[in-house]
Amino acid sequence: MALDKSDVESIAHLARLAIGEADVPAYAENLSNILTLVEQMSSVDTRGVAPMAHPFEMVQRLREDVVSEENQREHLQQHAPAVQDGLFLVPKVIE
Amino acid sequence: MHTKTIAELAAGLKAGEFTSEELTKAFLERIKAHDGRLNSYITVTGELALAQARAADARIAAGTAGPLTGVPIAHKDIFCTDGVRTSCASRMLDPFIAPYDATVVRRFKEAGVVMLGKTNMDEFAMGSSNETSFYGPVKNPWDLKAVPGGSSGGSAAAVAARLAPGATGTDTGGSIRQPAALCGITGLKPTYGRVSRYGMIAFASSLDQAGPMARTAEDCALLLGVMAGFDERDSTSVERDVPDYSAGLNNDLKGLKIGLPKEYFGEGLEAAVASTIEAAIEEYKKLGAEVVAISLPNTHLAVPTYYVVAPAECSSNLSRMDGVRFGHRCENPKDLEDLYKRSRGEGFGAEVKRRIMVGTYALSSGYYDAYYLKAQQLRQLISNDFKKAFEQVDVIMGPTTPTPAFNLGEKADDPVAMYLADIYTIAVNLAGLPGMSVPAGLVNGRPVGLQIIGNYFDEARLLNVAHKYQQATDWHSRDPEGFN
Repeated sequence: MALDKSDVESIAHLARLAIGEADVPAYAENLSNILTLVEQMSSVDTRGVAPMAHPFEMVQRLREDVVSEENQREHLQQHAPAVQDGLFLVPKVIE
Repeated sequence: MHTKTIAELAAGLKAGEFTSEELTKAFLERIKAHDGRLNSYITVTGELALAQARAADARIAAGTAGPLTGVPIAHKDIFCTDGVRTSCASRMLDPFIAPYDATVVRRFKEAGVVMLGKTNMDEFAMGSSNETSFYGPVKNPWDLKAVPGGSSGGSAAAVAARLAPGATGTDTGGSIRQPAALCGITGLKPTYGRVSRYGMIAFASSLDQAGPMARTAEDCALLLGVMAGFDERDSTSVERDVPDYSAGLNNDLKGLKIGLPKEYFGEGLEAAVASTIEAAIEEYKKLGAEVVAISLPNTHLAVPTYYVVAPAECSSNLSRMDGVRFGHRCENPKDLEDLYKRSRGEGFGAEVKRRIMVGTYALSSGYYDAYYLKAQQLRQLISNDFKKAFEQVDVIMGPTTPTPAFNLGEKADDPVAMYLADIYTIAVNLAGLPGMSVPAGLVNGRPVGLQIIGNYFDEARLLNVAHKYQQATDWHSRDPEGFN
């Protein structure tokens, strides 16, 4: 599996990662090598094998629908890059 | 004091031979004197540690101490610690001071265990050499040219160099066992669900598990006893009683059936490592164990399967690092997309970006069946191999790694070569089984680890099997020159 420059750029966009222009060829090579390693999977016939998402056959635990957390907004927001009136500030996206 | 095990330190504190404050000071002084050579700590919490030590001494004096009250340990910097920087060795979280404690951290605090600091690791636990840390690589105390392994390399190096008597680690594909092997200490990755993942920064949620790292199996038993147990804040935490892991340490091994998978002794295994492991197996025969040849036929598929499952889950988990609510934010973003892209581009190192991209690709439209679904099917086959094996044997043994520690820089530019360093440890995570690494010898002055794999929730047996070996041998009590 060989990825080219434009594949890397489109994957980086999907992942919302800024990648330096100069680094793209190295990523293309490394990602291609990783996908070649992964390709060994296709040598096995897995028809009829149930996919395993979790080591145990567990069901999601449910709890009563009651308030279990205290409001800690200020405590939790103290490490945010920018806040105002209890809201997280981000750049303006709509002109 | 620094040469004592946790069990010996706990006994000394109880007998009043020294106080927790004296003990904590001694370790803080050792860290100051020696960690410049190793870089095993990211943050040393000296003042906090001394305050915790004085509180522990008060508990001991008042007669309300638990078995480990006053013992100092270090936490891998992946565990959230209230009021203390929790960086995950990433530039992304370099400014992040956790607003709460991970369950593991909280349990140790309640037990009166003192925190010396936060240990170095591969960035977001992605790596096998500790070279991907934003804070620089950790050196192996046995040979400063060698890597300590990863991702819990700081914890392993700190314990090996006696800069902490024990430490926490996490293991997603070998990140406790591989550095334990490379640094000559004992490490245990418990059954998936045994230890709470709450507050442990997520890498691959269906594989991540926290465990103890220490000099001896006896110490790992003590630490695991504090860490293990149900937590309603972790949706995959298992509701199951925690046994007394110390109670059966001395059980006789007569009749123990040890499975040796032929796939773990084939091509790629260094000859000197193979003979070291064979010598350890001979020791077990002397202790009365029986050896059974077994096969885990899908072993070769573990690394490829893992490098779909783990990156896919990491690409999803790390999407929370977006520069909005915490962590690194780029300067002067021109719009929201620019803020996401540059904050993440600047905040993450190369290996983390590679894995996010592999995972994003594997989960992208049209590729899901070929990658993620296929990997989950193979995961089932790998897991079935172990199920069959455990119908025949009590434990499985083999090498933890194919070679002793490699040199710094040796594999740093070749991700695939680096991934293959975890060839014997990864399948255990895919199956969710418990596994240990125990020091079993030295090759050219670098430690070799024996891996012991157990059935689900059979941690007590693993600890018993490791402890009896440590009663008969002294590899676990060797210390690296320059740090003794």
